[in-house]
Amino acid sequence: MKYLLLFCGRPEDLEAWQAMSEEERLQMRAKGAQWMAGYRAQIRWTGGLHLPHTVTSVHPGKEGQPLVTDGPFLEGTEVIGGFVELEVADLDEALQFAKAWTVGRAAHPVVEIWPMVEE
Amino acid sequence: MSDTQGSTPPPAPSDEVQALLSVVFREEVGKVVGALLRILGNFAVAEEIVQDTLLLALERWPREGIPAQPGAWLMTVARHWAIDQLRRDARYRDKLVLLEHVVQESDDRLRLMFTCCHPALSRETQVILTLRTVCGLTIDQIAHAFLVSESAIARRLVRARQKIVQAGIPYRVPRDEELDERLSEVLSVLYLMFNEGYLTSTGDAPTRRDLAEDAAWLAGFLTRLYPREPEALGLLALMRLHLARANARFDAGGKLVLLSEQDRSRWDRQMIHEAGKLIEQAAALGRPGPYQVQAALVACHAEAES
Repeated sequence: MKYLLLFCGRPEDLEAWQAMSEEERLQMRAKGAQWMAGYRAQIRWTGGLHLPHTVTSVHPGKEGQPLVTDGPFLEGTEVIGGFVELEVADLDEALQFAKAWTVGRAAHPVVEIWPMVEE
Repeated sequence: MSDTQGSTPPPAPSDEVQALLSVVFREEVGKVVGALLRILGNFAVAEEIVQDTLLLALERWPREGIPAQPGAWLMTVARHWAIDQLRRDARYRDKLVLLEHVVQESDDRLRLMFTCCHPALSRETQVILTLRTVCGLTIDQIAHAFLVSESAIARRLVRARQKIVQAGIPYRVPRDEELDERLSEVLSVLYLMFNEGYLTSTGDAPTRRDLAEDAAWLAGFLTRLYPREPEALGLLALMRLHLARANARFDAGGKLVLLSEQDRSRWDRQMIHEAGKLIEQAAALGRPGPYQVQAALVACHAEAES
C-alpha cells in the first residue's frame, strides 16, 4: 500500500517554531532527519513546502480561461509543511511511522495519512 | 450485491423464529465473514457476499426451517456465491482454489473484531460495523437500534467498507506491543453497544434485537480468548450484573423503577453470582482498571438483599 503523509500544523505551531532558538531548531531538524533516515527503505519520495503566503492556485475560470489566484485553495488556517510518500504493508505500519513523527514535532506536529490510488 | 433487500422483501418471520435467527446469526456470521476475508483479502467483497447469503437465509429459513448445521449452510452458500462471482476476475484466480475447501480458523472472528474496531474508524462506525459484520444484524435492525434511517446506516457501511479496503486497515490480531491499546478500543466499542441496548427500552417489534445481549455475547467471546485480560473480564461482569437485573427495571406499564423500589426476587441471582466470580478472577490478575471498578461497585448493589 502507498500512502501520502502530510505534515500539518496550526499557526500557533508555526509561531512556537519561530520563537525557538536557532539551536533548538537545529535539534528539531536533526530529529526529523533521523526519522527520515530510519525509514529510508519505505520512503519513496519526500519534500518540504514553503509557507502558505507563497502559494499560487490556478482554477478553471469562466469561458475556458484559467483563473490565477494568490494563496492556497483549501481554506482554513492549518498549514501543510511537507510530505512523504510511504510504501508499507498496511495502515498499521503507516500509523507507526506517523506516531513516531508526532512525538516532539514543533512546526508540523499533525500527520494526515492519505491512502493513494493504485492502478 | 447491495445493502437493500431488493423489490421483494422476505415475509416478516414470527418473533420466535426471529429470536432463533438472531442467535444463529450471532454465532455463525462472524466466522463466515472472517473465513472469506482471510481467503479473499478484501473486506468489502467478503462482507457483501455474506450479506447476500444472509438475505437468502432470511428468506428461506423462516419457510423451510433452520438447517441442522446453520453455519455449514451459510459457509456453503457464501462459498458458491464467491466462486460464481469471482470466477471471471483475474485478481481472485489463485484464491478460488482455496475457496473449494474453506477451513475455518479459530481466530477468524477475533481478527474480524479487531478490523471492525480499528482506531482509524470513528466509534459509531466501529459499533455499526461490528453489529453488522460480526453479529450479523440486518440494516433494518441497526437502524431501529440507533433510531436513524436505514439509508443512513447503509451509507455509513458503504463508506466504512471503502475505508477499510482503500486505507489498508489490516485483518489480523494486533502484535503484542499493540494489544493492550487495541483490546481497550474493542472493549470501549462493546461497552457503548451495551449501553445503547440497555438504556433504550426494548419494544417488541419483530425486527428489534437487543444490542445489550449482543455486546455481552461478544464480551464473553473475548474473555474466552483472553482469559488473562482483567478488563475484559471486568466488562463482562459489569454487563452480566446489569442484565441480571434487567427484568426488574421496568414496571408492567413500561415505566422505569428506581433501584430502591425494584422487586429483587426478579433478579437473576445465579447470573449475579457468576459475575462475582468473574470479578474475583479479574482481581486475582492484579491489574485493576475502570471496568473492574465499575463492576465491583455494581456488584455491591446487586448482592445486597435490600
